[in-house]
Amino acid sequence: MATSAIALSAALPSPAAQAKPAALIDTNVSLSRWPFRRCPLDDTPALVAKLRAHGVTQAWAGTFDALLHKDLTTANARLADECARHGKGLLLPIGAINPTLPDWETDLRRCAEVHQMRGVRLHPNYHGYKLGDPLFGRFLAAATDRGLLVQIALVMEDDRTQLALAKAAPTDTAPLPALLKKFPGARVQLLNAFRTLRGKPVLDLAAVGVRFEIATLESVEGAGNLLKQLPPDRLCFGSHAPFYYFESAKLKLQESDLTPAQRAALTHDNARKLLNS
Amino acid sequence: MAMIWDLHCHLSGVDGKTPEKRMAQLITIAGRMGIERLCVYMGMPWARDPSPEDLRRENDQVLQAIGKFPDRTFGFVYLNPKHVEASLAELERCVANGPMVGVKLWVAHRCSGPELDPIIQRAAELKAVIFQHTWFNVTGNLPGESTPLELVALARRHPNTPIICGHTGGDWELGLRAIRGQRNLYADLAGSEPVAGYTEMAVRELGAGRVLYGSDAGGRSFSSQLGKVFGANIPESAKKLILGENLKRLMTPILKAKGIKV
Repeated sequence: MATSAIALSAALPSPAAQAKPAALIDTNVSLSRWPFRRCPLDDTPALVAKLRAHGVTQAWAGTFDALLHKDLTTANARLADECARHGKGLLLPIGAINPTLPDWETDLRRCAEVHQMRGVRLHPNYHGYKLGDPLFGRFLAAATDRGLLVQIALVMEDDRTQLALAKAAPTDTAPLPALLKKFPGARVQLLNAFRTLRGKPVLDLAAVGVRFEIATLESVEGAGNLLKQLPPDRLCFGSHAPFYYFESAKLKLQESDLTPAQRAALTHDNARKLLNS
Repeated sequence: MAMIWDLHCHLSGVDGKTPEKRMAQLITIAGRMGIERLCVYMGMPWARDPSPEDLRRENDQVLQAIGKFPDRTFGFVYLNPKHVEASLAELERCVANGPMVGVKLWVAHRCSGPELDPIIQRAAELKAVIFQHTWFNVTGNLPGESTPLELVALARRHPNTPIICGHTGGDWELGLRAIRGQRNLYADLAGSEPVAGYTEMAVRELGAGRVLYGSDAGGRSFSSQLGKVFGANIPESAKKLILGENLKRLMTPILKAKGIKV
């Protein structure tokens, strides 16, 4: 087998080299500042430039402020404003809800009515509740009534490398399949799911309509292998930028030998269906 | 043009009933990513605390795997400092008298102990590339799992021998601080989340010449680990060093000694 040096550009084609850029919807980005470190692209214009450079046509943006702030009302207002001021429509704001806070219902209403958000994002492991808790059921009912997409971030970082004083164990999804059977209209996407979720639990969640994204999907040919197991509309593109290098997710489209239909589903079709269903 | 050599691959996490089939599959996937060479170590299944018999079995599997692809792969011999004599024998069998070019030390035994010394000394005589797994795990290290600080203690006793700090301790903000002053230690980027800023800090604190790309495939994707280099805000010249030139430089002495042309 002959070897040859291979151009860097062969491993990661520049957008300029791509003849006809297709839609690419990143369902997992965050704005503002990660609480424990500066991320290289935690300035919104810089993040927008990175996403644009890689052909992202829409990015669903939550806020890192959601993790530790109690005043999510202003966090969501800042997020909406930041998305409006940068990216010319690239950034779709996804508000944060903490259902353990008093009057979280007003935050939900403002997300939907004031900011015209299409979805909201939860961080149960930072907010201290479980998906089997009644308060989550009440939240899910309310979000579903409003037709909002619900993103649940199972983790934000590897729990082995967390700050010792701020450990947040991964969210357990075991209660979710049974709960979702009670809310057939709910639209739920798990973010950063594959750091802790593998095998049968993934299939069980997919069977009740849960969507996923690929930011934490590991193993060689991970996307291609998972697409063989899941219903075709369950997996979306997601980068977890700027916490992760965006290129990690983008290269996964290259690592698997995807059919054109799989690529279209993964890069944009599934996200569009999820948002608009 | 960037030459990509992957420092850190295994036969796990990839389809195939035999080592050869798994190696072929890894090479196919790596080829899509522009990766020219793969370093592979440990068998299927692997043992965390391998007996002498385990070592021979796992190393035989790697010999099988690399035997069919000598121009795409390099083998590292898996050793256990709890079994020094057996480890030295494996070093002779697989490196001195075999095709392997490096040493892999994992989580059987903390690396600061004196048991490591004869292994490091013999590996250095053979010019073998030495790789020691490390982690700073806030949830707790395994009993025999080394930290970068323990590797620094070992490296101080062998200041003229390059040693690779596997995973850079996982918690790279700590790992890079731990090893930055020990000039014979190199940072392996493999096998952790593709957290932005990692590679920039590595280059800032160690210099690009001490940073090495690796994936930890097949458990990890090539993508997430290559993303750490492609996505980093560092000069293209630094990326080239990290993606392959540094590893080639570290391997050149043993490749020359073995008459292996690359």
